[in-house]
Amino acid sequence: MQNSRRPELVCPAGTPAALRAAVDAGADSVYCGFCDETNARNFPGLNFTSVELAEGVRYAHTGGARILVAINTFPRAGAAELWHRAIDNAVRAGADAVILADIGLLAYARERHPDLRRHLSVQAAASNADAIRFYVEEFGVRRVVLPRVLTVNEIAAINREVACETEVFVFGGLCVMAEGRCSLSSYATGKSPNMNGVCSPASHVHYREEKGELVSRLGDFTIDRVPRHQPAPYPTLCKGCFSAGDYRGHVFEDPVSLDAATLIPQLVQAGVSAFKIEGRQRSRSYIRDVVTNFRRAVDAQMAGEPIPAGVLQHLSEGQTTTAGAYRKTWR
Amino acid sequence: MTRNSTITLGPLLFNWTADQWSDFYARIADEAPVDRVCLGEVVCSKRLPFYIDRIPQAIERLQRAGKEIILSSLALVTLKRERQMCADLAIHDDLEVEVNDLTMLARLGHGRSFTVGPLINVYNEGTLAYLAQRGATRICLPPELPFASIELLSGEAAFYGIEPEVWAFGRMPLAISGRCYHARVHGLAKDNCQFVCGKDPDGLEVDTLDGEAFLAVNGVQTLSSTYCSLLEDIGRLISSGVTSFRLSPHGGGKMVAVAELFRRVLDAQMGGQEAGHSLAALLPGTAFSNGFLRGRYGAAYERA
Repeated sequence: MQNSRRPELVCPAGTPAALRAAVDAGADSVYCGFCDETNARNFPGLNFTSVELAEGVRYAHTGGARILVAINTFPRAGAAELWHRAIDNAVRAGADAVILADIGLLAYARERHPDLRRHLSVQAAASNADAIRFYVEEFGVRRVVLPRVLTVNEIAAINREVACETEVFVFGGLCVMAEGRCSLSSYATGKSPNMNGVCSPASHVHYREEKGELVSRLGDFTIDRVPRHQPAPYPTLCKGCFSAGDYRGHVFEDPVSLDAATLIPQLVQAGVSAFKIEGRQRSRSYIRDVVTNFRRAVDAQMAGEPIPAGVLQHLSEGQTTTAGAYRKTWR
Repeated sequence: MTRNSTITLGPLLFNWTADQWSDFYARIADEAPVDRVCLGEVVCSKRLPFYIDRIPQAIERLQRAGKEIILSSLALVTLKRERQMCADLAIHDDLEVEVNDLTMLARLGHGRSFTVGPLINVYNEGTLAYLAQRGATRICLPPELPFASIELLSGEAAFYGIEPEVWAFGRMPLAISGRCYHARVHGLAKDNCQFVCGKDPDGLEVDTLDGEAFLAVNGVQTLSSTYCSLLEDIGRLISSGVTSFRLSPHGGGKMVAVAELFRRVLDAQMGGQEAGHSLAALLPGTAFSNGFLRGRYGAAYERA
């Protein structure tokens, strides 16, 4: 679907305070989840109760923003009731859409809440027009969050072929694997994004000092070693340092995060309907800063002005950033 | 434990030469006690041209040997050429197709029967019910599932007349990416990869900086370093309703012997524990795992 409208800025919120900050900073939509394993950021102290969600919806609607509820893990066999209730509760709270990945849940939502707007989560990894059409035709999906494995040209080609909106990530943490199809975390820890809503969970992280080096471990495996005076990166499995043959280093991905701000013109040109910022686990002030900056960037684009470059550099934890798969050379 | 339990030889995940490919399947046809064989490229579309001409002959030989043939689809489909590969598989309506990405399912008409591969996220009854209604006849459950889920889903599968299958042997597929890690560690780009993945017939070992064996890369795919082995769990898997066991091909000329071990346990001619010891003797230096099934972390290995 070609895009003639102003692209929607979709912002994360892990707490009611972050939700209000995102709305105040100019988010068009805010996405959030319930405090349980039904969403892919199932971290302690994060996310919303049903009551908090209903309050958040009221706040957002008053401010002219929408609320999207991520129910994007894969229900455990025998326990789908918890996920079904999450969908029911999102409807009851007045949410504008749910973001789903599991086929069974999509079928449930279509059947029980036919008027509820359904978005396809990045966790479903629908990576081409045929797969997207399948979800549109079978489950009435209105928007697909594209997996972070596609180039800008591929995204443009998809938009020429499909009858639904597309949403792409533009900033924040970067999965190097096709999301929803990765069990690296559970291989090392028993806890996975698909089943538990966590990746490389802090509960399984250990640090120890050894010969002047800080060793970061995930479960029984060393993910990185750095000299003691250097800041130790969090041991996210796919950003770790390993050896493979003669190679020693970041086999999968450097500890970078995504910043596609400068690609906003091309992505608009490619027909993308919504830009998504990752980071429901982030603080309220981080959310405020990132949303404010992206609001400016999108508004500049729509006014035909140049995108301010590098304004978000300081928000990437001192990390280097990458445009990821959007540029073909990344592969 | 009777002949009701069947063995599926999964698709070859690695980049072998065309001759190695043909020799492997000739030997499987002649010697391996497997019931069905999955053929086709699951990992990287660039590899298929090297052996596509060999596939018809392999199909013929395997079918003559009484093996059922399943054509496996690609796991991650982004390019036009890759979508076409799916369309091409759908043309063969006399052969069962294994769906490894929903792109493939989109190409199969309603009512057409198919097998669901282990890379499709079947975690619960709702998803299984949808796939059953679409025509699934067999579902190889994701390797990540614990026994409790397998038990529930096997019961559900029986209700729909679907054969539940588990990943029973071989390095487990853990992730798939747009990026080629084989190319990356060799300082190459994916588009000019020189097919360096061909150097590693079982994948390239990825060790931690402390020398612990951890993972294995296979082009765009990441596998476990350990070889999954559910030999010691076959009894309770059969009791829970699992009817099919998937063995994933590896190099080294041992797959016939591996299949024979599984066949013996499935036929109750050998105990799981004894077979486990035989497997360890057959593949010296190989670390095994059954942690996912046991509800632990995937790399764990618990003896029965």
